Amino acid sequence: MSLTSYFMEATYLVASILFILSLKMMSHPETARRGMFLAEGGMFAAIVGTLVGAHIVTWVWIIAGLAVGSIVGAWMAVSVPMTAMPQRTALSHAFGALAAALVGIGEFIVKASEMGAVTRGALGFEVMLGALTTTGSLIAAGKLQGVIAGKPIQFRGQNILNLLIALAMVSSFVFFWIHPETAIAFYAMLALAFIFGVMLVIPIGSADMPVVMSLLNSYAGLAAAATGFVLGNNVLIIAGTLDGFSGFILSVLMCKAMNRSITNVLFGGFGSVVAEAASANSGGVMREISLDDAAMQLAFANRVIFVPGYGLATAQAQHACRELGELLESRGVTVKYAIHPVAGRMPGHMNVLLAEANVPYSSLYEMEQINPEFPSTDVAVVIGANDVVNPDARDNPKSLIAGMPILEVDRAKSVIVLKRGQGRGFSGLENPLFFKPCTTMLYGDAKSSLGHLAQAVQHV
Amino acid sequence: MNPAVLIASVYVFALAAFLGYQVISRVPPLLHTPLMSATNAISGISLIGSLVLAGAVHYPLGAHILGFVAVTTATINVVGGFGITDRMLKMFGKRKPEVKLEKKEEAK
Repeated sequence: MSLTSYFMEATYLVASILFILSLKMMSHPETARRGMFLAEGGMFAAIVGTLVGAHIVTWVWIIAGLAVGSIVGAWMAVSVPMTAMPQRTALSHAFGALAAALVGIGEFIVKASEMGAVTRGALGFEVMLGALTTTGSLIAAGKLQGVIAGKPIQFRGQNILNLLIALAMVSSFVFFWIHPETAIAFYAMLALAFIFGVMLVIPIGSADMPVVMSLLNSYAGLAAAATGFVLGNNVLIIAGTLDGFSGFILSVLMCKAMNRSITNVLFGGFGSVVAEAASANSGGVMREISLDDAAMQLAFANRVIFVPGYGLATAQAQHACRELGELLESRGVTVKYAIHPVAGRMPGHMNVLLAEANVPYSSLYEMEQINPEFPSTDVAVVIGANDVVNPDARDNPKSLIAGMPILEVDRAKSVIVLKRGQGRGFSGLENPLFFKPCTTMLYGDAKSSLGHLAQAVQHV
Repeated sequence: MNPAVLIASVYVFALAAFLGYQVISRVPPLLHTPLMSATNAISGISLIGSLVLAGAVHYPLGAHILGFVAVTTATINVVGGFGITDRMLKMFGKRKPEVKLEKKEEAK
């Protein structure tokens, strides 16, 4: 080994350590940002190490790629609004996975003939995972952006078709593994993986996106780890595995928060034609409340809990929400925010939005912490959340979301639900909360409702 | 891949998985979005594989072009991912000035 190769390996070791440290520092908001600087340093070291030690001869492509990527990346970093964070993240899963898949294809072109069985297997995994994550993430991003309909796209025999595609994909993988000289098997696997990615995500409704996002995150990481096996590169294995496991842990947490299994999320096609299964105790009237009455209730409350959902993000109402919250606090009301793990479209979505609006993170409460506090709460304000506050999940064992842990807002003394209209949520389920005697509805766009509420509270 | 290297790689993988589980399960739900964004940026490390493909010795042009695209997308991930993670984490750090404000009000 030459001196430069040793240098390169040393930078990889440093990068690996820094990555792990940075994730450790992610365990607290005070240290998280400093941790990311370490990770950035590690990344920079690994890139410099590679450029010095990897016997680079043509610089044109590298410089062009780095330049284009930096410009696009920097533009994305400064311009993407926080409300679009789920789309942005899905898109970057696609980019990461595509890079892994392309490296795999490149490796195949360059040295398929000299690969051993293990390397070929890793290469197959890398390309397959990379390709299906690329298209899957693109579809997810399209759904989140609203380019593709958020409702699940389903048809008869879909699961069977998907199974056949998966089987064909795996068989071409096996065929390529046994006969590495047949390029056609490799490319068939690649094409099938691209198709499979699409098929995997289109039947999944937007409300299940937190799980899908976490899962795609995991796949993208595992694809990078497989790249590490192909190239015999430890830092790739470590970074990819960290990413893969992070995504895996998140998807398990998200599934738990919905009381569903991953298979059910992926193949259950939740929220399509299930609206008939309405709960037995529904029916009844939703009582509308006027702005002034709502403002009066809030202004004279002792304890208020805000419960944000995806509606807060679509209405971009986080700032209006914080303003109302601060106004109430200045009147001596205790204001807290209750965050359900799957509220929004990705893990932690609501926290980021409220943090953007300057809500201190000490006012954000997790489900387990806040649930015991609802009975002593005067007003719970539900902002564009639906399934995560549906008491049917707790009370009606026949409900489709039975067993899903919920925020028990119906135990509060009164509930004000901010909602755009009388329609059902994404899952199409009836929500008995809306018919309870303690509940009143305030219709309209969440942002303007909250703004008007704040004005009205000032005049109380 | 010779067996010794393979075994070493599997060790690295298993240890990284174990460590990853330990470290990441301590991240509070509060920071799950930045976590996802950060791990995603970190896995942009596949950039170093792309660099080799784009610029290393006597590869056919096709491989270089694939490498170029891979370098581009991986760089977008690294730069965009770290940039946006930092933007988010900056917001979570914004608590301090508010605490000061409260103190001022108390002083009054």
